[in-house]
Amino acid sequence: MKQLFIFIRKEFYHVFRDKRTLLIMFGLPVVQIVLFGFALNNEVKNVELLIVDKAQDALSGQLTDKIRASAYFIVEEDPGMAYTAIEAKLKKGNTKSALIIPANFSDDLKHGGSAQVQIIADGSDPNVAKTIVNYLSRIIGDFQKQVFATPSIMPYTIVPEMRMLYNEEGNGSLNFIPGVMALILMIVCTALTSVSVVKEKEMGTMEVLLVSPFKPIMVLIAKAVPYLLLSIANFTLILLLTVFLLDIAIKGSILLLFLESTLFIITCLSLGLLISNVTASQQTALLICLMAMMLPTIIFTGFIMPLENMPKPFQVISNIVPSRWYFLIVKSVMLKGLGFQSVWKETLVLFGMAISLLFIALKNFKIRLQ
Amino acid sequence: MEKIAVSLNHITKTYDKGKVLAVDDVSLQVKQGELFGLIGPDGAGKTSIFRILTTLLLANGGTANVAGYDLVKDFREIRNRVGYMPGKFSLYQDLTIQENLDFFANVFGTSMAQNYELIQDIYDQIKPFKDRRAGKLSGGMKQKLALCCALIHKPEVLLLDEPTTGVDVVSRKEFWDMLKRLKQQGITILVSTPYMDEAKLCERIALMQQGRLMSVNTPDNIVKDFPAKLYAVKSKNVYALLIDLRQLAEVQSCYAFGEFLHVTLKSDKVDGEDWLRHVAERKGHEQVLVKLIEPSIEDSFIRLMNEEE
Repeated sequence: MKQLFIFIRKEFYHVFRDKRTLLIMFGLPVVQIVLFGFALNNEVKNVELLIVDKAQDALSGQLTDKIRASAYFIVEEDPGMAYTAIEAKLKKGNTKSALIIPANFSDDLKHGGSAQVQIIADGSDPNVAKTIVNYLSRIIGDFQKQVFATPSIMPYTIVPEMRMLYNEEGNGSLNFIPGVMALILMIVCTALTSVSVVKEKEMGTMEVLLVSPFKPIMVLIAKAVPYLLLSIANFTLILLLTVFLLDIAIKGSILLLFLESTLFIITCLSLGLLISNVTASQQTALLICLMAMMLPTIIFTGFIMPLENMPKPFQVISNIVPSRWYFLIVKSVMLKGLGFQSVWKETLVLFGMAISLLFIALKNFKIRLQ
Repeated sequence: MEKIAVSLNHITKTYDKGKVLAVDDVSLQVKQGELFGLIGPDGAGKTSIFRILTTLLLANGGTANVAGYDLVKDFREIRNRVGYMPGKFSLYQDLTIQENLDFFANVFGTSMAQNYELIQDIYDQIKPFKDRRAGKLSGGMKQKLALCCALIHKPEVLLLDEPTTGVDVVSRKEFWDMLKRLKQQGITILVSTPYMDEAKLCERIALMQQGRLMSVNTPDNIVKDFPAKLYAVKSKNVYALLIDLRQLAEVQSCYAFGEFLHVTLKSDKVDGEDWLRHVAERKGHEQVLVKLIEPSIEDSFIRLMNEEE
């Protein structure tokens, strides 16, 4: 026991004397949270909209005011603009969208019972274009209801009352946070431990260490413990940033969240140790981590691209990515406030992964030089 | 009968799936309490032998015993009983002297205090710097620290792979003095070195070349076995003399050795010195100096090497 303690203390010396690694460990989460929380947002706000109102009457004025009143658009009006000029403006990127109200808008509406408006959106960014069209359609639909307030004309209308559950205000960073948490822990834990054992091989210290009566399991535990504690500290930092910087409340049990995260961290550490045991240089280990771990983690966790939309084989592959399960757990516990009974399956999967990875890592520990 | 601390029987080691032969059928025995030297140039196979003896590598053929234990079967016992110092400095550079020592003592389940008398001599010399990180030490101090770490668990056999390579002359001398004192404590020491002048500091030596043992004996006997008279020759233009002498049919070998040429003749002449001087002067060399000298280990090594070829 005392041997293990001194071994762990030695590993702590290594970690704390390597300032660069510490910086990566604690700098990465801050950068990622800020990036994903603020910059990489799929909400569309403050879009430039050009309104070409050829009607210039009371009704078209009402519609324009209504659009102007919404927070989504920065409205620019130019009643006399020609079609070619509109296209030129879109092409140059000076505006993202245009709404054209024809000259006989009010007449058509009042007498003919229907009128047309044209919405043009810059489709080179399809997501934004789609969102703009949706926003405008909704506003116009609202407007329509106001105009035909009398039920005689539209006797039956179905009004969908929408509620975005667990995220009423449609906060975009909410979906990213569990994903970012999974991603950061996966990268930090795996990458840092993956160099830990191989570093001793590279520096030659493994040569001396091997010619001693220590047990491989002791090395692995000693290597993992400092990173486990640091990762939990790291996780706390991420949570604090989430709550205080991004204004996201933790709905479920914080204790459960910590326990699940610890389990996930152990899984990642085991994977890191395994990589460290089978590689021969720190560079290889890091490359494997970054290339072979980071991309699959981003793709198969499901926080950027929904897993449900993927081809079947990819969905199957995603099952072996630990962060995928952790992502589900965090979403359930942190955002939905569910208890352990709702995430026990995912927990079991992670637990199984941790145990098998640790076992394979131990089996792959080389007791001789190659 | 003396006890054998280390024995190798027909040990063979190849790398790259048999393409590179590093150790070629080596058999040798080191007695308990002996200071034994493996002498040979880089690439002779010394490090491979050390790694096999420390159970870090498996030999492709042959068997070996260290401290009475079989290399393959009882590798854990051996790892407990040997002290190993690799050729490359292999301690934790980011830990201090004190932390390195504490760590290695702990790995072996002992403490620095327990075997302090064994390392005291050496440790005293680096003690003033005990809070300095190992990576910031000079070559000589690193080597003393590494020796301390290898000794901290009072090993039965000490395996030192080129401990004096890259170390200054004074530190090298100090190091060999330390080894002698350790030997007096009854520790068997197997040490390798590419420096021929260190060979005579060992009790027995093995001369190695290209994975093969050329000779195993005491340094004195190896020198005594030198079969011919050895002359040291020099003139104003040593290089021209080397070329001239090598062309003579009577000259068996001629090579540069410091400022002199070392020469042996095919048949020992009674007046070899006079003969050589005459030959040289006839070729037009000036300030010719010839003397009969005692061969050194290096002369023996070169001779054995040439014979092998």
